[in-house]
Amino acid sequence: MQPQVKWGNPMTVSSIAASSLRLQGAAGSPLPSLPAAATTIEISDVFHGFDGREVLRGLCVTLTQRRIGIVGANGSGKSTFARLLNGLLLPARGKVRIDGLDPARDLRAVRRKVGFVFQNPDTQIVLPTVEEDIAFGLKGHKSGAADRAAKVTEILDRFGLADLRQAPAHRLSGGQKQLLAIAGVLITAPDCIVFDEPTTLLDLRNARRVGQVIADLTQTAIVVTHDLPLLAGFDRVLVFDQGRIVADDEPGPALRAYVERMT
Amino acid sequence: MTAISTRDIVLIALFAALTAALALFPPITLPLIGVPITAQSMGPMLAGAVLGARRGALAMGLVVALVALGLPILSGGRGGLGVFAGPTVGFLLGWIPAAYVTGLLHELGWNKLTALRSFVFATLGGIVVLYGLGVPVLAVQAGLSLKAAALGSAPFIPGDLVKAALTAAVALSVKRAWPIIRARDIATA
Amino acid sequence: MSPLHRCPPGPKLATLALAGTGLMFVTNPFAMLDFLALTLLGFHVAGFGGARIWRQIRPMLWMLAVLFLVQGGLAGWTLAALIVARLLTLMLLASLVTLTTRTEDLIATLERLLTPLAPLGVNPAKVGLAVSLALRFLPVIAEEAERVREAQAARGLGTHPLALILPLIVRVLKAAEEVAEAIEARSGHDDGPALSR
Ligand SMILES: Nc1ncnc2c1ncn2[C@@H]1O[C@H](COP(=O)(O)OP(=O)(O)OP(=O)(O)O)[C@@H](O)[C@H]1O
Ligand SMILES: [Mg+2]
Repeated sequence: MQPQVKWGNPMTVSSIAASSLRLQGAAGSPLPSLPAAATTIEISDVFHGFDGREVLRGLCVTLTQRRIGIVGANGSGKSTFARLLNGLLLPARGKVRIDGLDPARDLRAVRRKVGFVFQNPDTQIVLPTVEEDIAFGLKGHKSGAADRAAKVTEILDRFGLADLRQAPAHRLSGGQKQLLAIAGVLITAPDCIVFDEPTTLLDLRNARRVGQVIADLTQTAIVVTHDLPLLAGFDRVLVFDQGRIVADDEPGPALRAYVERMT
Repeated sequence: MTAISTRDIVLIALFAALTAALALFPPITLPLIGVPITAQSMGPMLAGAVLGARRGALAMGLVVALVALGLPILSGGRGGLGVFAGPTVGFLLGWIPAAYVTGLLHELGWNKLTALRSFVFATLGGIVVLYGLGVPVLAVQAGLSLKAAALGSAPFIPGDLVKAALTAAVALSVKRAWPIIRARDIATA
Repeated sequence: MSPLHRCPPGPKLATLALAGTGLMFVTNPFAMLDFLALTLLGFHVAGFGGARIWRQIRPMLWMLAVLFLVQGGLAGWTLAALIVARLLTLMLLASLVTLTTRTEDLIATLERLLTPLAPLGVNPAKVGLAVSLALRFLPVIAEEAERVREAQAARGLGTHPLALILPLIVRVLKAAEEVAEAIEARSGHDDGPALSR
C-alpha cells in the first residue's frame, strides 16, 4: 500500500546530487534564520558489530542536506548508525566526521554540535520538573541564571508548554513529554539533531505535532523512523537493509524502493 | 578505584527509586509469627546482588539521603530526619553495609554463582550484617538489653529469609538476561 | 509566594533536623499537640488549606492508626497518643519543608553541604544528579510496578512476588541504559560511549 503523502517530484539520483550541490552553493547566501550551512556528515567504510555479529557493513555516505530520513527493517542498523553521529557509539572500523570533527577525539564538541532525540520520552527526561529538565543541557554552560531562565521561557512558549513550567515531568502526556525532550535538546542550540523514532510511541495527533516541530527546525534534522508520512518534504531518504544502505534518493523513489523490498 | 560513570549514577539512582517504590507494595503477614513482611527491606539485598558492592551500597546511601531530605519513602510512609532519631535507625543505616557485603560476595562468587550460593550471600549481607548493626543500635536507642533487642528483632528473620531466597532467584535471572556485575578476584577485593 | 516559600532551604532543613531530635524529648502529649498546632499554622502561613494538609496525612493514616492501637495495647494510651502525635508532627513538618522548597534548591543545598567532601572523592554534582534522577524516576517506577501487577493479575498469575519483582527489575535496568544514553547525549560529558558495556 502506498502511504498517503505528497512526495514531491520524483527525481533521479543525479538530480539529487545536483540539488545537494545547489544547497551547498546557497550556503553563503541569505536565509538569516538558518545556520550558515547545513552540517556535513561524512561516513566512510564504517563497520560495527555487537558480540561478533556485524550490524553495520561498510557504510559510505556524505550527508549535507537539511532534512534526511532513514528507514529500514527492524534490526537493519538504523539506530546503530544514528548513535555514531554524536559519539554515543564509536565505530569499530572506519571514519565518522561531523563538520570535520572526529567523535573519537572531539567528543564534547561533537555532542554540542549534534543533539539526539530518542524514541521513549520517558527515559530521556531526567530531572523532576519540566523547567529543570529543559535547563539540564545548560548545566556547566557559562551563561548566568537569568540568561538560562530566559532561554527556558522562550523555548517553553515556542512549544506551548509555558503553563506546565513547574509541573512534574511524569504528569505530562506522551506527546507533551516528547515535545519536552525535543525542547531540552534544542535549548543547547545544536547545529544538527538526530531523531531516533521520535513518533513511534505517540498518537496520530501528537505524531503530527512532532512532525511539524521537526519541519519548522532551522537545524539539520536526521530522522530515523517507521512513520513514513513524517518524511514528506524531506530532501533525502536512506534505506537500510542488513547493515548496508540499499537506496539513497528523494523520498518518493527511496520509499517506493523500501516498500517494494518489504513486500 | 575507577570513577563513577554516568551509567553507574543512573543505576544507583534507579535502584534507590526502586527501593523507595517497594514501600508501596502491601505488606504480607506471615501466619504463626504474625509480623508483617515488607517488600522494601529486600532493597539492599537486591541492590547488592544486581549492582555489586559499590553501586549497591551507594544506591542504599542515596535512599538514606532521600529519607533525610524529608521524603516519606520508607514503608508506611515514614521519612524525614525524624527517622534518624528513632529506634530502628540502625536497620536503615545498615542497608548500606548490607548491600555492600551482599554485592562483594556476589562479585567474588560471580563466575560460579548458584541459587544456593546467592541465597547464602544475600543472607550474610542482608541479614547477618544488617542485624549485626540494627540490633545493637535498637538496644541503645530503646534502652533495651542486647538480648531483648535481639529477641524483639528475631520474628522478622523468617521474612528476611524469604526475601533472600527471592533475591537469589532474581540475581540468577538477571545474570542470564542482563548482567551488570563483573566478577572480581579475591586479590582485588 | 509565602515567606516560607521564600526562605532558603538551609534554615528550613536546620529547623526540621532540630525538630526531629528535639521532639524526642517532649514527653507531655499536650505539649506535643502544641507543636502539632504550630506545624499546622506553618501550613496556613504557606498558604495551604485543609485539603492540602489532608492529602499529606491520608497516606500515613492507616499506619498511624495501627501504631496507635499496638502502642496503646502494649504501653498505654497516653504514650500511644504521644508517639502518634510526634510522628504526625514530624511528618507534616517534613512535608511542609518539601512542599515549600523546590527540589532543585534542596539539591543545591545538598551539593553545597557536600563540597567540603570533594577532596575525599565525593563529586557534589554527581550526587546532585543522582538525587534528581531518583526523584524523577520514583513515580515512574511506582507506576511501572502497578502496571506489572495489573499485567500479572490479567494473566491469572496472581501476585507471586517473583513474577512481580523480576519484570520490574529488568525494566529498570533497561531504562537505566536509555537514561544514561540520554544524559550523555544531552550533557556533553566525555566519559566515553554510554553503551560500551
Ligand atoms: N548494545 C547492543 N548490544 C548488542 N546488540 C545490539 C546492541 N545494539 C544493537 N544491537 C543489535 O544490532 C542490530 C541492529 O540494531 P539497531 O538497533 O541498529 O536496529 P534498528 O534498525 O534501529 O532496528 P529498529 O527498527 O527495530 O529500531 C540488532 O540485531 C540488535 O539486536
Ligand atoms: Mg532502532
